[in-house]
Amino acid sequence: MNFLTYLINGISLGSVYAIIALGYTMVYGIAKMLNFAHGDVIMIGCYVVFLVMSGQGLHPVVAVLLSVIICTLLGIAIEKIAYKPLRRATPLAVLITAIGVSYFLQNGALLLFGADTKSFSSVITLPALKLAGGKLTISSTTIVTVIVCIVIMIALTLFIRRTKAGRAMLAVSEDKDAAQLMGVNVNATISLTFAIGSGLAAIAGVLFCSAYPTLTPYTGSMPGIKAFTAAVFGGIGSVPGALIGGILLGIIEILGRAYISSQLSDAIVFAVLIIVLLVKPTGILGKKIHEKV
Amino acid sequence: MAKSTKKLIKKTTANQLITLGMVVAVYIVVQIMIAAGVMSSLMQGLLVPMCTYSIVAIGLNLCVGYLGELSIGHAGFMCVGAFSGAFCTKLLAGTISNHVVLFLAALLVGTAMAALSGFLVGIPVLRLRGDYLAIVTLAFGEIIKNIINVLYIAKDTDGFHFAISDGNSIRLSEEGVWLINGAKGITKIPHLSSFTAGVILILLFLIVVYNLVNSRSGRAIMAIRDNRIAAESVGINITKFKLMAFTISAAIAGAGGVLYAHNLSTVTATPANFGYNMSIMILVFVVLGGIGSFRGSIIAAVLLTLLPEVLRGLSDYRMLIYSIVLIAVMLFNWAPKCIEFRQKVMARLKKNAGKEEA
Repeated sequence: MNFLTYLINGISLGSVYAIIALGYTMVYGIAKMLNFAHGDVIMIGCYVVFLVMSGQGLHPVVAVLLSVIICTLLGIAIEKIAYKPLRRATPLAVLITAIGVSYFLQNGALLLFGADTKSFSSVITLPALKLAGGKLTISSTTIVTVIVCIVIMIALTLFIRRTKAGRAMLAVSEDKDAAQLMGVNVNATISLTFAIGSGLAAIAGVLFCSAYPTLTPYTGSMPGIKAFTAAVFGGIGSVPGALIGGILLGIIEILGRAYISSQLSDAIVFAVLIIVLLVKPTGILGKKIHEKV
Repeated sequence: MAKSTKKLIKKTTANQLITLGMVVAVYIVVQIMIAAGVMSSLMQGLLVPMCTYSIVAIGLNLCVGYLGELSIGHAGFMCVGAFSGAFCTKLLAGTISNHVVLFLAALLVGTAMAALSGFLVGIPVLRLRGDYLAIVTLAFGEIIKNIINVLYIAKDTDGFHFAISDGNSIRLSEEGVWLINGAKGITKIPHLSSFTAGVILILLFLIVVYNLVNSRSGRAIMAIRDNRIAAESVGINITKFKLMAFTISAAIAGAGGVLYAHNLSTVTATPANFGYNMSIMILVFVVLGGIGSFRGSIIAAVLLTLLPEVLRGLSDYRMLIYSIVLIAVMLFNWAPKCIEFRQKVMARLKKNAGKEEA
């Protein structure tokens, strides 16, 4: 039963990673940049929920909605101010700018909200599910996290495949110039991608903080790095890859922590990543890059 | 034709001499300032970290600028250098009393260990490309940090004791000493680093990398960066030269780590000093200073280390301003519109200067 509990916890943590990884993978697929500030958008989302719930006493659903809206706007603003002017610059320059934005958000949060650790109360207050005569308890947070992840994945896949805006996103990720010639508004599409990614980050942040209820201005950076790893793991640029990478990473982390060593759990996660990339150099679902001579 | 090539070589040599001269000049000015007592102790405390960051930035620039591979795990090599160097010092401190010899021994061991780990990491990593390579270097950096955190080594009359993850399993006799104590790291390291040692190391590594990039091997490395397939087709051994550049880059980062460790009495592998944040900070120095420019790396490392201290008066706002400066400088340097604007301003200035001369 212990193993099953760990497995379920792993899937739950992995679902959070998968939702965050979506933000990385979509932005990478379209703008070909690593958005290092993504983890900090998560943190801002958490603070919004925390302040609205504890300060204003509003309903959790309202708080989460508000957080999604604020993060979406934040994502669009970051893209407009910091990344858009560098659209044609080298990827490294954009990467450093993203790091600058990440520092900015962390230190801004430090000033606005203070350095003290806030204890985040879970937004999900349903009773836990007891199975097998009380031997197996699954917390409501875990269940909601997994369900939310599945819903988001299905909705996003449908959005990308079925709607005009989604197809525009696909077109831009394939070939930016050709898409522009076909009448796709490239700038608007990139903004939309950032908006969706940041909105998802807010949801992921709320779920993460519900499971691990401590909130500081640096809360977002480690799950951010892990989710980025998950995105690469599954093959960066691929939406189902983010799901697979995220869930596998979550399971490996929790099982490694339980059975091998709690101090080495991060090392185990990264070691598995290295092995996978050595066998499949573009991740599990990544496209093979063909080189033209 | 022959004449112009000759001139070109002279120009690069002159450029390199300027960089070396600059470092020496700064060193002399700083020494005068210390002697005159105009430098605050806070500033003096920053001198060795500045040298450390400059050295690691030189190493990373070799990897990013000349090999053309993005590494975000150089803090890992720094960590290896710091720990193996400090370990060596602790071991030899009883037998060697001369500080210079002790530091040189630590430097040698630290650099060699970092080079070895760079070589071992490089074999698998350099098979990958682009962002995948970057994420694997990040992964290796984190793994190195994690492993050092669970490593326990102690010494007493019975000899050495090793343990992984369980430090309590080691029973020490009374005169036993901990060499590496897990997450507590290495303690009581003699203070062997100095600004002079740092500057000598900077000069040494500048000469090493300048010689490398202007040698046959250096040209091979740059050829691989510019076009891997073309380089391979003219008979350049890709694996060999990639590994060579990566190993040297890691070794230089390791030497920086040795300097770093001997400036502190206790060195621990925490996310703050050897985590990916440090790797990224070094990368910021390299990119801001100009990819491929060692002089730029040093200037950026010095200025960005100074900036938070200069802004100390603004206390809480300093890191916020630091980040804004970083974003603004990146936009100013790289945004196509800003480049256009700069060129326009420069052209106008030149025109005005021309008029005045006439």
